[in-house]
Amino acid sequence: MSVAGGDAATRPGVAGLGVWLGGVGLRLSVLIGMAVTWQLVTTLVDDPVNWPTFVDVIGRFWDSWASDPDAWLRSLAPSLGRLLAGWFGAVIVGVALGSLIGLSAVARHSVGPIIQFLRAIPPPALLPLFIVLLGIGDAMKVAMILFGAIWPVLLNTVDGVSSVEPLHRETGRVYRIGVRDELTRIVLPSAAPKIFAGLRMSLSIAVIMMVISEMVATVNGVGFELVQAQRSFRNLDVWATIVLLGIIGYVLNAMLAAVEGYVLGWHRGAMRTRS
Amino acid sequence: MTGTARPQRHRPAASALRGLIGAAVLLAAVEGLTRAELVNPATLPPASAILTTTGRILLDPEFLTSVGGTLLAWAIGMLIAAAMAVPLGVLLGSSRRSYLAATMAIEFLRPIPSVALIPLVILLRGRGLDFKVILIVYASVWPILFNTIYGMRDVDPQARETARAYGLNRIAILWRISLRAASPFIYTGVRISAGIALILAISAELIAGGGPGIGTWMIANSQAGVPREFLYAGIVVSGLLGVAINRLMVAGEHRLFAWHHRVRGSGS
Repeated sequence: MSVAGGDAATRPGVAGLGVWLGGVGLRLSVLIGMAVTWQLVTTLVDDPVNWPTFVDVIGRFWDSWASDPDAWLRSLAPSLGRLLAGWFGAVIVGVALGSLIGLSAVARHSVGPIIQFLRAIPPPALLPLFIVLLGIGDAMKVAMILFGAIWPVLLNTVDGVSSVEPLHRETGRVYRIGVRDELTRIVLPSAAPKIFAGLRMSLSIAVIMMVISEMVATVNGVGFELVQAQRSFRNLDVWATIVLLGIIGYVLNAMLAAVEGYVLGWHRGAMRTRS
Repeated sequence: MTGTARPQRHRPAASALRGLIGAAVLLAAVEGLTRAELVNPATLPPASAILTTTGRILLDPEFLTSVGGTLLAWAIGMLIAAAMAVPLGVLLGSSRRSYLAATMAIEFLRPIPSVALIPLVILLRGRGLDFKVILIVYASVWPILFNTIYGMRDVDPQARETARAYGLNRIAILWRISLRAASPFIYTGVRISAGIALILAISAELIAGGGPGIGTWMIANSQAGVPREFLYAGIVVSGLLGVAINRLMVAGEHRLFAWHHRVRGSGS
């Protein structure tokens, strides 16, 4: 479901740099347009406590986050650390389990309903359980992020692995390439586009889970700052922290898209020659 | 979301049986772990106890009111989200320039995690029903919007040209050709949103309350003195509710859009 993923503007094509610059220009003008609209609407509404202007929010964002290295160390670093630990955990476990399940129809049918059920549980519902099992430290938060983020990776890996062209696997077997090579050279590469689609979904869920886990039982992190700001009615700080979370999500997403473009470069090329 | 709507080419009865066996093995494992006291039964009660409690609360009017509260917020949120996202998606999907500008604006808005809005909505609107609804709308607008835009851009230009040649005006083409061709995509968006919206409704209730709901019921029943079984039964019900909603939506998809290649499964 990569609706916004295949944007033509960032793909190096014939007109390469010019198209890319045009894309950046368009992005910038859209961003500026949104900022101006925000500024105009909030100025007209004239309710600075509830609906602060764009300039006010960005000012506060600059003061309390962007220009304050202390806030980076105190809040941002622990948050990002837990986020990445949980997400990488979800990726490793999800791809490994997904490959195992995807390779066997019996396994797929046996655990299918369990996966559907577990995936439908709202992750915060498991918070009390995780607290009892793991305490309220970092382990609990990483586990929450992992539990929330694993499903898209797992399901997409199962889907990608189970729909590998059987002829490709059989050809590999005829050449006696061994199980490990079959997995790393045939199965996983051909499942990679689907796996990456799952990675992208799971990354945005991981950001959500990071915030949730920090909202409930914690002493630091961006989610904690957000709840503190709300409890002490610092509305402007709430807005500034939301901006920060948006930027975190955007940057992480862009980084993953870059990795995806690099890893799946062969796939796009192959698809283009085919069509 | 892949993997949920895949047509089952092999015998469905056999795979359903395997699913049942898998679930039974898991339940037996939980039961065994707690009976053998490898896990503290106060932390994780035996599966049989959880299941009996689940059966009991499903007959409890107070719990059913909570389920009703969650489903009400879910339904209102979904309706508003669809009423906003479908027209917007139709508009944005119809022209290339608005599509480009819109996808970029969305690119900046979408990374904002839905739960990050919880504190803001509490400050602005308090913790009533509209608190839940606003969050549900925010989270479920995106999949519907994306799929509508995608569906509108997938409409066969030849069909549109043909309709124009037959003298249909723009509204008629939109209604009879484009919307109809895009409807399976729109439905897929609604189906994805339905699951997200339910998870978000219960999550919001768990984190911040917001009127009667499964989440608020679980908070009330996770306090000291209440047996752990109740919390787990609440988890089981919310999981089953999510599975049931997804099943219903998939069944509806097969019924309504059997004509479409994506549902028939021949195209990818």
